[in-house]
Amino acid sequence: MRRLIALALPLCALALTVTGTGGGAVSASCAKADLPLVNDGKLTIGTDNPAYPPWYGGGTPKGSKWKINDPSTGKGFESAVAYAVAKQLGFPRAQVEWTYVPFAKSYAPGKKSFDFDINQISYSPQRAKVVDFSNSYYDVSQAVVVLKGSKIASVRSVAGLKGYTFGVQIGTTSYQAIVGDIKPSSKPRVYDTNDKAVFALKSKQIDALVVDLPTAFYVSAVQIPNAKILGQLPAKPGGEHFGMVLQKGSPLTGCVNKALAALKAKGTLKKIQATWLSKVVGVPVLK
Amino acid sequence: MRSLSEGRRGVVVALLSTAVVFTGLGFAIVNAPGWPEIRRQFFDRHEFTSTFPDIASAFLLNVKIFCISEAFILVLALLLAVVRSLPGPVFFPLRVLAIVYADFFRGVPTILVITMLGFGAPALALKGVPTSTTFWGIVALVLVYTAYVSEVYRAGIESVHPSQAAAARSLGLSHGQSLRYVVLPQAVRRVIPPLLNDFIGLQKDTALVGVLGSIEAFKQTQIDQAATFNFTSGLAAAVLFVAVTIPLARFTDWLVARDRRRQLAGAPA
Repeated sequence: MRRLIALALPLCALALTVTGTGGGAVSASCAKADLPLVNDGKLTIGTDNPAYPPWYGGGTPKGSKWKINDPSTGKGFESAVAYAVAKQLGFPRAQVEWTYVPFAKSYAPGKKSFDFDINQISYSPQRAKVVDFSNSYYDVSQAVVVLKGSKIASVRSVAGLKGYTFGVQIGTTSYQAIVGDIKPSSKPRVYDTNDKAVFALKSKQIDALVVDLPTAFYVSAVQIPNAKILGQLPAKPGGEHFGMVLQKGSPLTGCVNKALAALKAKGTLKKIQATWLSKVVGVPVLK
Repeated sequence: MRSLSEGRRGVVVALLSTAVVFTGLGFAIVNAPGWPEIRRQFFDRHEFTSTFPDIASAFLLNVKIFCISEAFILVLALLLAVVRSLPGPVFFPLRVLAIVYADFFRGVPTILVITMLGFGAPALALKGVPTSTTFWGIVALVLVYTAYVSEVYRAGIESVHPSQAAAARSLGLSHGQSLRYVVLPQAVRRVIPPLLNDFIGLQKDTALVGVLGSIEAFKQTQIDQAATFNFTSGLAAAVLFVAVTIPLARFTDWLVARDRRRQLAGAPA
């Protein structure tokens, strides 16, 4: 019987934690008062911690729980976009709350702890089966970062990359770009964080790192001064874009999309991009 | 002596209580408000079959790591245990070293040892030092598990009655010979079950090597999870791990039972 109880306990715990569902009331109105919010009167926005440049900026004020950058500074691309969307929805800065959401938590089942999550998450039809994605707030391409003067630094084509060891952060579409487009002969190394992948490149455990282009600028300019962007990988048909993640079937998704469309029409999104992201000109596309 | 009907009643009660507990649990889970979501994201048949082959091939790395480390651990841990049981004041520093080693590597979380070694050692950029992440993962596992297993061996050595060693010495065997021919054969046989128990732990801990970037089974499930936002691949990995662990666990049980039979066989009726 003791063995039985030992078996039953975790199952009980599972049963107890499995509460709450997706969905929610369907409201067509995007008036602030009608929005179904996680916390009343506040727009709760999620992102991962640490918050990396160029997506987040401004450092961390004293007493902040955040590492590297505090999203509430309004600095950095995603922070600026989030505040612009919030404003469009009728929330001044004081009514915006940031919450820490590890990547895996953003798509875990159950009631979400955020109204939307903005964390460089690429849209894919498979992912969209379990969460809602907003429309694109950034069209992204993948880039290859290598050490200056290394053997791979003189490669000019995707086919030429096959013989090298790649590193990548787990859970990224950069991983799919490696196994799907580059198809290297040895398995890529997959790291839990981008920092570990960067460290691996620095210490020459890998020949190249694949990241999204804005991150590539940050890695090559700040994290490894001895690195350079070898080039962008050719865009896939339909391209790749970042979307905010929301509870599946959330009525808020339509409102966020409306806000994004308005920001695009006004040119605000373009302006934010020009402020926080390096210009992508001058990065060759690997054929 | 219990009567037959009493024994039969026990079986019936066990069956009934089992049925009640599991039906209740199943009912509670399936009727939880979040169950449809959980079923979609944790128990998706299509996701299971489509991710299984990749995870199975990644699992080969776990098996490889396990087999290589196990061989080293068995030998090194025995050495460490022997060093720790060396008699005499001359060997005091060696004994202290062995104790410090066992205390340190049993105290530090395995994942920490793997991370520090796996990222640190190759970054030294020393000539001749391998940069393979799997290599350093194996080294870390060997370091940690040698500490555990040496304690198991030591318990075995100490469980052999001192009169055995004394008898061996009185026959003219040296300390080394009495250890080799009298103490260790008895000690090792006694600790086989706990030894195998540690190896079941080791089998699972091979998944920790994934933090270094090697794609083993658990890492592969994380990759699949992130690609589809579906956790079902974890179930596929669990099936593989269990498939290896259960035979080892039953083998351990069988060994224990056989040992018991042998010991009892010599006892007076």
